[in-house]
Amino acid sequence: MADVTFTVDGKQITAPTGTLLIDACRKVGIEIPAFCYYPGLSLQAACRMCLVRIEKIPKLQTACTTPVAEGMIVATETDEIKQARKAMLELVLGNHPLDCPVCDAGGECELQDMTFKYGAAESFHTEMKQHREEQQWSPVVYFDRPRCILCYRCVRVCGEGMDVWALGVQNRGVTSIIAPNKEDHLECEECGACIDICPVGALTSGAYRYKTRPWEMNHVATICTHCGDGCKTTLGLRSVDDGVEIIRGDNRDKSGINGDFLCIKGRYSFDFANHKDRLTKPLVRRPDGNLAPATWEEALDYAGKRLAEVRDTRGGASIGVIGSNRTTNEENYLLQKFARKVLGTNNIDHHRTADYTSFARALAGHQDRAASLRDAGTAPAILLIGNDPTQQHPMLAWNLRTNVRLNRARLYVANHAEIKLLRQARASLAIPQDGYAGLIGYLAGDDSALAGTESSAAFREVIRKEENLLILFGSEYRGRDIDALVNFGLGLPNAKFACLSDYNNSRGAADMGLMPDLLPGYQPVASPAQFADEYGNLPQTGGLDLIAMFDAASRGELGALYVVGSNPVSRYNIAPGALKDTFLVVQDMFLTETAVLADVVLPAANLYEKTGTVTNTYGDLQLVKKAADKAGVRSDFELIVRLADRMGANPKELVSYGIGMRADLGQSRGVQSGESDRHAVWLAANHLEPKLSPFDPFAILDEIQRLVPDYQVDRLALLAGNDERTVPPLVHIDNASSKTRSDGVLPAQDTLFTSGTLGRYSSILDEVMESRETKSAGAAATTSLDVST
Amino acid sequence: MSVQETIFTSELAARFDKLVTIYPLRRSALVPMLLYAQDEKGYLSDEVITEIAQRIGITELDTRNVISYYSLLRTQPAGRYHVQVCTNISCMLRGANEIFDHCKKTLGIGNKQTTPDGMFSLEEVECIGACSWGPAAQVNYDYYENLTPEELDKVLEKCRASVVQEGKGSQA
Amino acid sequence: MANLVSHPDVVPLLSMRFGKGASALDRYLELEGYQSARKALEMGPEWIISEMKASGLRGRGGAGFPTGMKWSFVPKQSEKPKYVLVNGDESEPGTCKDRLIFEHDPHSVIEGTIIAGLAISAKMGFIYLRGEYRYLLKIIERAIEDAYAKGFLGKNIFGSGRDFDIVSHTGAGAYEVGEESALMESLEGKRGIPRIRPPFPAVVGLYGGPTVINNAETIATVPHVLRIGSAEYAKLGSERNGGTRLFCLSGHVQRPGVYELPMGYNLKKMIYEVAGGIPGGKQLKAVVPGGSSTPVLLPSEIDIGMDFDQVAKAGSMLGSGGVVVLDESVCMVEFALRTIKFYQHESCGWCIPCREGTDWLKKTLTRFHSGGGVNKDIDNIKYLAENMLGKTFCPLGDAAAMPTIAFIKKFRKEFEDHLDGKPCPYAHTAESVLV
Ligand SMILES: Cc1cc2nc3c(=O)[nH]c(=O)nc-3n(C[C@H](O)[C@H](O)[C@H](O)COP(=O)(O)O)c2cc1C
Ligand code: SF4
Ligand code: FES
Repeated sequence: MADVTFTVDGKQITAPTGTLLIDACRKVGIEIPAFCYYPGLSLQAACRMCLVRIEKIPKLQTACTTPVAEGMIVATETDEIKQARKAMLELVLGNHPLDCPVCDAGGECELQDMTFKYGAAESFHTEMKQHREEQQWSPVVYFDRPRCILCYRCVRVCGEGMDVWALGVQNRGVTSIIAPNKEDHLECEECGACIDICPVGALTSGAYRYKTRPWEMNHVATICTHCGDGCKTTLGLRSVDDGVEIIRGDNRDKSGINGDFLCIKGRYSFDFANHKDRLTKPLVRRPDGNLAPATWEEALDYAGKRLAEVRDTRGGASIGVIGSNRTTNEENYLLQKFARKVLGTNNIDHHRTADYTSFARALAGHQDRAASLRDAGTAPAILLIGNDPTQQHPMLAWNLRTNVRLNRARLYVANHAEIKLLRQARASLAIPQDGYAGLIGYLAGDDSALAGTESSAAFREVIRKEENLLILFGSEYRGRDIDALVNFGLGLPNAKFACLSDYNNSRGAADMGLMPDLLPGYQPVASPAQFADEYGNLPQTGGLDLIAMFDAASRGELGALYVVGSNPVSRYNIAPGALKDTFLVVQDMFLTETAVLADVVLPAANLYEKTGTVTNTYGDLQLVKKAADKAGVRSDFELIVRLADRMGANPKELVSYGIGMRADLGQSRGVQSGESDRHAVWLAANHLEPKLSPFDPFAILDEIQRLVPDYQVDRLALLAGNDERTVPPLVHIDNASSKTRSDGVLPAQDTLFTSGTLGRYSSILDEVMESRETKSAGAAATTSLDVST
Repeated sequence: MSVQETIFTSELAARFDKLVTIYPLRRSALVPMLLYAQDEKGYLSDEVITEIAQRIGITELDTRNVISYYSLLRTQPAGRYHVQVCTNISCMLRGANEIFDHCKKTLGIGNKQTTPDGMFSLEEVECIGACSWGPAAQVNYDYYENLTPEELDKVLEKCRASVVQEGKGSQA
Repeated sequence: MANLVSHPDVVPLLSMRFGKGASALDRYLELEGYQSARKALEMGPEWIISEMKASGLRGRGGAGFPTGMKWSFVPKQSEKPKYVLVNGDESEPGTCKDRLIFEHDPHSVIEGTIIAGLAISAKMGFIYLRGEYRYLLKIIERAIEDAYAKGFLGKNIFGSGRDFDIVSHTGAGAYEVGEESALMESLEGKRGIPRIRPPFPAVVGLYGGPTVINNAETIATVPHVLRIGSAEYAKLGSERNGGTRLFCLSGHVQRPGVYELPMGYNLKKMIYEVAGGIPGGKQLKAVVPGGSSTPVLLPSEIDIGMDFDQVAKAGSMLGSGGVVVLDESVCMVEFALRTIKFYQHESCGWCIPCREGTDWLKKTLTRFHSGGGVNKDIDNIKYLAENMLGKTFCPLGDAAAMPTIAFIKKFRKEFEDHLDGKPCPYAHTAESVLV
């Protein structure tokens, strides 16, 4: 688009035609205040804070609705304008309760900030302000009416942004009020965006309200632990007796891959960390058959000794390892290294929710065809096959909606179910539940592959004409079907793909080789190449997958099983008796269905309590930073290292710490939060990262980046909190190795309000589900843990 | 979006069926529909809102947002005769405040109240377009102009009488 | 119903059919009805627009925008259908003229709508009536039906091969939807919140299509302009203010009523001669010349011609033609309060300055009038109004601010007389007020 040049406060500015004056000004550091303007949402021109003087126009104009024009001369800070802004504030403050000392928004309130700047604190009204009791609209949303300044941001973010439309404006004039869709309560997706976007404290969060003052919190930006989208979230933290507690989650600084979007889980569902059932002491099964608390020494010694015994007497192949899809890449990498190098087994797997192996194989040799989550927000056309992103990938759904709304992207949907995103679809195709494979055949030109109609032919036609199509598919596709899908897409110009899995680090688990036949980077165990050099001797025949491990256990052939952050017993409906002859070590936060069967249970930290990296389902690599802390628990990383130590392994061979590093200890003292982020970047840039301890995950990240080519991303950018693309492996995966793999994929079937086993320990999710059940009896959201494969 | 079981009379339902077809956009029928529904039912009850939202194809929230904007639309019943006295400037200059006070006294109710027998409700309203003939009032949709307290009494009397007479009063 | 008035100075053009049963189509045809529509069909859009421009007709809705020019802004080509929208929301206090047109001469509105449609090549028109005008809706619905039956509306109107439809529509009580873009929102079934401009209705209006929106009186005038010719019409009025308009005289005059007078007619004469002067031998105190939103004029300021330019020069506005006359007995604080109460009640609430400003004005004036005022309040009222002026989302805020500023400026002493708990000094003599 052509640029135009114009003048603001005597300064020449150039911006693309069509840019709004307010944005053009902000870009060059001229701040124009606004309440109602919010980038990406529809224009309102309601708060009149952004009034500016444009030469040759008699009235003051709203910068939020004025597109820049060639030669325009604008003044934004004259006395007239300052007075106008002050007047708006005086008018709004006239009825606004000055209860800032007890208001959740106090200290981070846009109205406070503007009053501070434009000075309108002096009240010249004699009349009383109106008081009204605040209302609870849902477990997460509270409304304090007098505080509302009617910016309509909440209404728009809910309607335009979320496509939920649960908020409206009622009455008129000074009695205007924001109203929820069910008269006295809300029925919505509980994303909390309305609370986040409220410039004042009119909408407050049930999870956060009255807990603290904003300036008393520390803030750490990390990655949400729930779904495969991997949103960045800034956690608000405070110290408590037994550690550091998370009290708020948001991403208001709009940094990261998700901007300021978060779903209910990202925004509220960190509360599992404080659940009363959280394990904080190791448990060891006593001779009487009961699990009882033990010291760390005792528990680790016992577990290490018994694992070594099994290995030494029955061989590594009699031990199984099940990893997690919510632990970090470094932990996953370390776990498989531990399994292969210390236990000597390839019996390692995890709960797979997508067939990344087939995806990697199908894409092998084709560069730039794997899509980032960001692509969903910019691609001109998208084909969504299967899945229900609104429920399972809320951030993806947000990107798709936003892309359709703001860029008029063409969304095509093929699904067996009536998913909500059909509302944004330009064209759609209803297919039978078992018709996904047929669909690809049909799209590729085989008329017999699908019971086609005229509209399906038209659908195929438009798809095949698309250039730059982004193809999104879920667990409906596995094995050879993925090859067919990718092959079809590769026939379109510049098509890109993304394979959707269900958990925060499902992708990382696969990438890091929590697989019986594949090493990190999908390197076959039979040809370990660089890993052989690195690890020394490695078992080179494929191991047992997860199901096979349990089969082996029930046959009495599995001497020991080490389960890290996973609950396979519940997820795969394992008969409790299956593990009676297996020595079981479980690391988890809770006494899950799996943990109750264990001989040793080690209380583990969750993703918010550790540092490392995770890879979302699109292959975007992001930094996880330790935010919270809980006395008594340890990170999975540390536990793996300690177990290895107890088994007699040399920790230095697992984690290369303290070698050849120049530490900069003196200079890293006393850094404040925020500063420390920058400091970490600086240290890394100068090769001064200390890595002094065997528990430092960055030592493993070094190794990952050295051995897994697709993880060689810009380390500094990663440390700075950016999402970095990993590229799918270009290694050739032996065709035979993945032919039976599709059996292993088990979709999590989570909804917006569930999150596997973890979700069961979130009281906010419980409350939301409960309130929905009581308020709309019969129409309750259900969690189905469908385990049939 | 057709409604199977309507709560309205068949005439009104038929009128609604037609109304949604005459505009380029179905939603345009919303405000008239609400007004006509109110004429028939007396007010916009939850059931009315549900059916109309369904007929237009919008949410109930959206329907309520619209209802609450317009001052003629109400979600609570009014009296059988809704007496609306204009007190805006032109009428005020010619004695509207006295007329309004007189109404309060004779009906024994205040602004936006209804007599216990449900016969009358009273409302002070903004300019009704009778400025040159003020003071003026509307009873339901009927205009009464150049009012004096005596004239007004006659109007109220007529209302009472017509109810007695018909046994079943009809709204304008 | 509303009684009709007359005076020798009245020029019966718009009002020529009033009281003559012209709501019946046959009667309308007898009284030269639908001739202009036929002529317009014959002569085509360019001619219509040039006639409208030459006539000097300016919009009767309030702002006085030249009608021909407005029509010429509509793009010739448009992907979306174009519409004509007749604004019969008539809600500005002091204004009751459109009501008479709908009651006595509904076909003139229909005919005017058809002609406007021809001028911009629209195929559909809407006539929007305020909800209170239910009895008029019946009249206009009936007239539309009759016009359809005669083939003046619908397919192939007047056998011309062209189609034109008209739909009548009712509001449900809201002054703000008289504002043109709010009216479109309302007609689309939404809350009457005005739209952001640009784009202007002529380009993006109703249902997103180019739209001409005119006041009902403006539209009803159109057939007369074509009937008598633009030159003839223009000559009736004053410079740059063609024709006649319906002036609504109300308040303290002997013969209140709606009079059709030439544009530029002297205001003083209008009050003292046409409307018979102030009753009861009282003195004139003030005149609100063009509906409640226009700044009040002092008796010394009323020797002016009533057209858009002359009234503007006198510091007020011709507005919607509602002339409200106040005698010496009126308490200006009470009058100001009642005026503001209206705007407070009718503010749509969208923007801060209008929503909050009208409410604070009302609260302050209420307290002030009931004897609780302090000196600072007077300046505060002015300060509030000045902070609204020119800064609101739509002109409703201005409509509240402008008269308020004038009340304070011209009757400050009367405000001061309310101070310190003094009883309302009702019934000042004119002399004591007009310093
Ligand atoms: C708050 C407000 C209320 C208005 N009310 C009316 C009205 O009731 N009737 C009307 O014709 N114009 C009204 N107008 C003016 C319209 O916006 C518009 O200018 C007019 O209908 C155009 O018609 P005209 O060019 O024929 O005057 C109002 C304007 C504002 C700002
Ligand atoms: S409430 Fe929001 S939209 Fe409204 S004025 Fe305030 S900031 Fe602007
Ligand atoms: S002021 Fe009463 S009708 Fe206009």
